[in-house]
Amino acid sequence: MSFFFEVLLGGLLAGVMYSLVAIGFVLIYKASGVFNFAQGSMVLFAALTFVSLLERGISFWLAFVLTLLAMVALAWTIERWVLRKLVNRPPITLFMATLGLSYIIEGLAQSLWGAQVHGLDLGINDEPFEFQGMLLSQFDIFAACVAGVLVLVLSVFFNKTRTGIALRAVADDQLAALAVGIKLEKLWLIVWTVAGFVGLVAGLLWGARLGVQFSLSLVVLKALPVLIIGGFTSISGSIVGGLIIGASEKLAEVFLGAYIGGGIENWFPYMLAMLFLLVRPTGIFGERQIERV
Amino acid sequence: MKSTLTKFSKLAIAISIGAALTVNAAHAEGEQYFPLQSYRIGPYAAGGSGFFGGFIDYLQYVNLKDGGVNGVKLTWSECETEYVVEKGVECYERLKQGLNGAPAAATNPLSVGIAYATLDRSTADKLPLITINHGRTDSTDGSVFPYVFPLQLNPYSEVSAIINYIGTQSGGLEKLKGKKIVTLYHGSPYGKETNPILELLAKKYGFKLTLLEVPHPGNEQQSQWLNIRRLKPDWVILRGWGVMNPVALKTAQKTGFPADHIIGNIWSNSEDDAAPAGNAAKGFIAITTHPSGTDFQVLQDIKKYVVDAQKGNLEDPKRFGTVYYNLGVVNGILNVEAVRVAQNKYGKRPLTGEEVRWGFENIKLDDKRLAELGALGLVQPLTLSCADHEGGGAVRFQQWDGSQWHVISDWVQADRELLRPIIEKSSHQYAKEKGITPRDCAKES
Amino acid sequence: MLYRESGQFSTSYPADRRIFRLYQERWAFYLLLAAAFLLIPWLGNDYWFSAILIPFLVLSLAALGLNLLTGYAGQLSLGSAAFMAVGAFAAYNSHLRIEGLPFLLSLLLGGVVAGLTGVVFGLPSLRIKGFYILVSTLAAQFFVLWVFTTFAWFSNDSSSGVITAPPLVILGHDFSSPQGRYLFTLTVVVALGFLAKSIVGSELGRNWMAVRDMDKAAEVIGIALPKAKLLAFAISSFYLGIAGSLWAFCYLGTVEPHGFDLSRSFQILFIIIIGGMGSILGNFLGAAFIVLLPILLSHIASGLLADTIDAGQLENCQKIIFGGLIIFFLIKEPDGLAKIYQTCKQRLQVWPLRF
Repeated sequence: MSFFFEVLLGGLLAGVMYSLVAIGFVLIYKASGVFNFAQGSMVLFAALTFVSLLERGISFWLAFVLTLLAMVALAWTIERWVLRKLVNRPPITLFMATLGLSYIIEGLAQSLWGAQVHGLDLGINDEPFEFQGMLLSQFDIFAACVAGVLVLVLSVFFNKTRTGIALRAVADDQLAALAVGIKLEKLWLIVWTVAGFVGLVAGLLWGARLGVQFSLSLVVLKALPVLIIGGFTSISGSIVGGLIIGASEKLAEVFLGAYIGGGIENWFPYMLAMLFLLVRPTGIFGERQIERV
Repeated sequence: MKSTLTKFSKLAIAISIGAALTVNAAHAEGEQYFPLQSYRIGPYAAGGSGFFGGFIDYLQYVNLKDGGVNGVKLTWSECETEYVVEKGVECYERLKQGLNGAPAAATNPLSVGIAYATLDRSTADKLPLITINHGRTDSTDGSVFPYVFPLQLNPYSEVSAIINYIGTQSGGLEKLKGKKIVTLYHGSPYGKETNPILELLAKKYGFKLTLLEVPHPGNEQQSQWLNIRRLKPDWVILRGWGVMNPVALKTAQKTGFPADHIIGNIWSNSEDDAAPAGNAAKGFIAITTHPSGTDFQVLQDIKKYVVDAQKGNLEDPKRFGTVYYNLGVVNGILNVEAVRVAQNKYGKRPLTGEEVRWGFENIKLDDKRLAELGALGLVQPLTLSCADHEGGGAVRFQQWDGSQWHVISDWVQADRELLRPIIEKSSHQYAKEKGITPRDCAKES
Repeated sequence: MLYRESGQFSTSYPADRRIFRLYQERWAFYLLLAAAFLLIPWLGNDYWFSAILIPFLVLSLAALGLNLLTGYAGQLSLGSAAFMAVGAFAAYNSHLRIEGLPFLLSLLLGGVVAGLTGVVFGLPSLRIKGFYILVSTLAAQFFVLWVFTTFAWFSNDSSSGVITAPPLVILGHDFSSPQGRYLFTLTVVVALGFLAKSIVGSELGRNWMAVRDMDKAAEVIGIALPKAKLLAFAISSFYLGIAGSLWAFCYLGTVEPHGFDLSRSFQILFIIIIGGMGSILGNFLGAAFIVLLPILLSHIASGLLADTIDAGQLENCQKIIFGGLIIFFLIKEPDGLAKIYQTCKQRLQVWPLRF
């Protein structure tokens, strides 16, 4: 039984890591209705930039700030040259534009910093410790704490600050928000920057786990089912979704995988997400949309 | 709209220039050509750039030191495959004709997928396909696969050697009885290929085998390692690839499994597999067909003639003497040796692929010849023949100390007699499927 | 001047609805077909057949399949490669396990099995839509590959999990040479291309477009949504399945499940974005573009720039160029290369007397 809980707990902690990527999605979707497939490449770009700066002898915090600046520059470029040109296009077009974007960012990151694998040490020892007979990873717990803080900060930002409230207004109704004088361009820049920041945090945590390298951009595929279950528009939804996905996929791999063959982690979350959708077509926390002809 | 149109007319001009360029280039007759389907970017770039760096440096070294093989200069050109099968095929078709009259000797894609896709083509075009340390296991049987060479070590020999090593570590193969071994494999044909052999060996020696799959690309392995923690095996065999390796080591640390009881296979054995895992990799054991390091005569010579003369191919000189680089050098040695052997029979001139194939089948590297090549200890003694396209089947074991590899064993031989009938059964099934009549190796000279 | 519409009147509905209404277009098309079938096999060499023409044709067919689903019926899919895999593996297995089944029939059977799989993964589209449908197609993408790697039965228990092509013998003729493979692929693609063109012009095609433009509205005017959507999935997957078989048997000669991974799905999606969504011609233009651009770039780099730029950087540049072009097309020309072709044609029709 303790093994069951160990797997469950490990899954929940892994799920938090998925949520981190999913939050970046939600932010952008809320503010601009863009389903941003490039979030994974942004994670890669941030982590690669950070680790390359670190390897060139720049101190941790300076590298962090410089990377953040790079993310701002990236956000500005995206806003100026892509989003602004695609205003009022159908969401599917915007989605495909982010596909193109992810290619550009990946190519850029690799041509700037090379394609080799970098190790990243955040100074958190990953020695496991025992807790009631269960093995826990310090690193995962640290990651969970970071995610918790991030969610807190973001909810304060969205609910208390002027910009945050403006963002929510835009999410509710773009035209109405424009009409009351909210500057859409500025808001987009802010939200993409914040998404870049979340990407950086996710990139550091994931990079420390996997090594900073190309396959980091694939974490986007893990975040997608999380998003579906949690709904595209809810930050708390993406946390809950992450926990559900993380726990269920680990349990499935260990207990179901023994019967039908291992390696089911890749598709299991998607099947699960699909089942969820059949019951609730807009996710658990998603907003129900009313359609008019 | 107008700008789009001019853009396309520019493109058209560029196309015609590109086409013209392929036609008029310098003439290079009297040279032997190596088409290189290299990969220097993408997820597996680290392996490709090291391997092809070593390969090119060795060819360069032969040119600079001896003026080529018996006066026949070596030449080569690269084509980026990015480890993608279609690009590999495109490169194969582009390069197979040779370069400006210099005939192609052999192709070395260093990719299982590309090797499979060009296997039939190689046979039809009579161009040897060298899959050093990897490739299709049953192509060891040269009577069915005349043009394919899984040199040194095929996947079956690999696991057999690992089990033999675990046997000696436990104090004899009979002591394997009752031991628990877990194999953690990459969820791909490559990862699964050796599972039947492991099961066979488990039955033979009586150890308990558990096979655990890690889905591609392998950046999430928690559940597998929790399973391992529950099973408490004596050894874990890691059949990894790319990112899966460092993640496995890190997750092992996280779940408290000792790294010095994990044995990496031939694609889990490079610096790029261990280093990103940092401290977690300390003590990790892996097999190798060629030690890393620069203490070999041939590497010192390459350093002298090529690297110090600023003609080296590596972008990062620190990678000189790494596992992938040395594999490239070994591959170069074997390719050039095949050309040399074939020249003894066919004359000192550029050879066709068919003639080079004869050279490969008649490679005979004993300790004396290896010492002449300066590769004693780097390359294992190797004798190829029409029936046996693998030749060696031995590996050494190396351990990671946190910054580099140290060789910790002598050559450990695979149980090749046991494997041969399995290989032949598979190759004969292939021959039947494809309607191939196997060569009679007794008649080959 | 050469390309004028005047004087060409349609006197019956069938004549008005034919695929090429103008005789100039008709003749140009016949000429093109004649060149493809007669001239190119005679002119081309191994490199052109095996490395450029065959992948171009197969990718065009795959893009055609996806375009029916995404460009016409409006259902976004990231699982195209999975259906290709189903087609390839089904064709391989039916050839292997049904004694004496002609190659063409196993090809067809592969397509049908892929179509049925498409219906299964299309079922959720009846309840969910928009981006959410991505989940279903991605589930297909991962699940199908997992099935083929996990269960060795599909690859005839070969130790490597790789399937190899059966001999390409059709009605007693051997099509195994590069030329033969090209001709065979061309025939299949041309036939299926015509079929697609007629489907698109039929009632079904019009229903699809109504669903794409607004499914609620389509429902209101009496289009049976489930039927239209599921048929789109079925037919699209059938095309993809055939393309997958051709990819495995005519192009590479061998294939492993990972040859049909997510990046292949993306590649096909990019073809239809660049080529033009909701256009048959666009698939061919887009495929030509995506096959030729990398080759062209590497030729330019190795020739013009003569090794001043290394191969790795070149591939990165190529990625950036692809990404940039996708965004460029989405911004400037959402209807892709096909629209550019249309515009040229319209200009040509009035040339040289524009006013």
